[in-house]
Amino acid sequence: MIILENVHKSFGSLKVLKGVNLTVHEGEVVSLIGASGSGKSTLLYCINGLEKIDSGRVTVDGTDVHAKGTDINKLRQKLGTVFQQWNSFPHLTALENVALAPRVVSKLDKAAAREVAAAQLERVGLKDKFDHYPSQMSGGQQQRLAIARALAMKPDYMLFDEATSALDPELVTEVLDTMRMLASDGMTMIVVTHEMSFARDVSDRVAFFKQGVLAEIGPAREVMESPKDPDLQRFLSSSTR
Amino acid sequence: MDYQFQWRPVIQALPQLLEASLVTLQVSVLSMGLGLLMGLVLYFIRKSPILPLRAFATTWIEVARNTPSLFQIFIFYWGLGEFGIFLSPYVSVVAALSFNCAGYMAETYRGGFAAVPKGQNMAARTLGMTAWQSLRYVELPQVLRAIYHPMTNQFTWIILASSLGMLAGLRELSGETQYFNSRTFRTFEFFMAAAVIYYVITKIALLVLKAIGWNLFKAERAAK
Repeated sequence: MIILENVHKSFGSLKVLKGVNLTVHEGEVVSLIGASGSGKSTLLYCINGLEKIDSGRVTVDGTDVHAKGTDINKLRQKLGTVFQQWNSFPHLTALENVALAPRVVSKLDKAAAREVAAAQLERVGLKDKFDHYPSQMSGGQQQRLAIARALAMKPDYMLFDEATSALDPELVTEVLDTMRMLASDGMTMIVVTHEMSFARDVSDRVAFFKQGVLAEIGPAREVMESPKDPDLQRFLSSSTR
Repeated sequence: MDYQFQWRPVIQALPQLLEASLVTLQVSVLSMGLGLLMGLVLYFIRKSPILPLRAFATTWIEVARNTPSLFQIFIFYWGLGEFGIFLSPYVSVVAALSFNCAGYMAETYRGGFAAVPKGQNMAARTLGMTAWQSLRYVELPQVLRAIYHPMTNQFTWIILASSLGMLAGLRELSGETQYFNSRTFRTFEFFMAAAVIYYVITKIALLVLKAIGWNLFKAERAAK
C-alpha cells in the first residue's frame, strides 16, 4: 500500500504540491490526470524518492520513503518507474539493459540475470530483440524495453510518468497494450497520463490534479463521465475529442 | 652540400635506442593511466560543495593547462628539491606528465559527463542502483565513449611530450638519442632515427587504441 499524507513540495518559491493525500491499495490502478506542468510527475518522484519532500509523509508498505534511516535503494526495488523519455541504456543490448539491475542490484549470477531478462522481454513482446541495441529500436520498443527493465526487479508497484507522451502516435498503442496487460495481471500502478481512454477504461480510480492538490478523485467512470470540478469538466471536454 | 650521411653509428646504437623507447612508452602509459584517474577525481572535486576542494581542483586544472609542460617537469625535478624532496628523473617526469594530463582530462570529462542525459542516472537509481553503481555501469561507459577520441589525442601528445624528460636527465628515447649524438656528432642521423621511432610508436599506439575502441563500442557499430 502506498500512502501519501499531506505532502508539500516547492521548487524555490514555486509551490508544486500543496498537501496531497492519496492511498493506493494493492492491485489498484490509479491514473493521475491534469494539465501539463502541474506537478503530476513531481508527485511520482516523491514516491520513489527522486525528489525530496518539504513536509508530510509518503509510506510504501509501511516504510517512510523520506525518513533518514530508510534504505532507498532497497525500497526502489519495489517501485518500478517508467519515464516519458524511456532512458534506455544506449551502450547495452536489450537483454543487457534488462539484466543489468538483477545482476548488480539483486546480485544474481550472469546466467540467472539473463534468464530473468529474457522472460520479461518476452512478456512485453520483444522476444526477437534480445541482441538489438536501443538505437536499432523504435520509441515504442524502447519504452517496452524500459517496462521490462523495471519488471525484472520484481516490483510490487509500477509508476508510469507519461509513458506514451514522447511517442509517435502510431507507437502509442503497443505501449498502452503492455500497460493494459500489466493491469490485468494485477499489478498495482500509478499512471500519470494524458491518455483519457486509458484512464477511463483501465484504471480503477482517477485523480484530477489541480494547483498542487488532488481536486477530485473517485472511481474511473464516475470521474471521467460525470466530473464535479468545473476545471475538470473543462479539461475533459478539451482533451476528449 | 658536403655532409656525408653515416648511418652505421645509428645502426650500432639501435638496441639501446629501442630499449630507451620502452622507457618512453612506459612513462607515457603510466602518466596517461594516472592522469585519467586523477582527472576523474579532479572533475568530481571541482563540483564539490566544499570551497577549498573546489579551489584546489580549479588551481590544478588552470596551472596544468596554462603553463609550459617543460616548466612543470622542472618544478617536480628541480623545484621540489628546494623543499628537500628529491625525486628521480623517472618519478618526476611521470609525476609532471600525470599532473598535466589530469588537468586536461578533467576538462574532457566535463564534456563527457555533459553528454550523458540526466535521465540515465534517474533510470539507474530507480532500479535500485546506488550512486556508485549508476556511475560504474551506466554513466561511465557512456562518458568513456564520449571522451575516447580526445583521450587518444591526449595519449599521442604525452608520448611526444615525454621527450622533454631528457631535460630532467631521463634516458628515454630523446635522452638516449642526445647521449649518442654527443658521442658521435651524427646529429641529423640520430634525431632522424628517433623521429621515425616516435612516429612508429604513436602510430602503433593509435592502432591499438582503435582496436580497443572497436571492441568496447559495439553499440555504435550496430547503429550503422
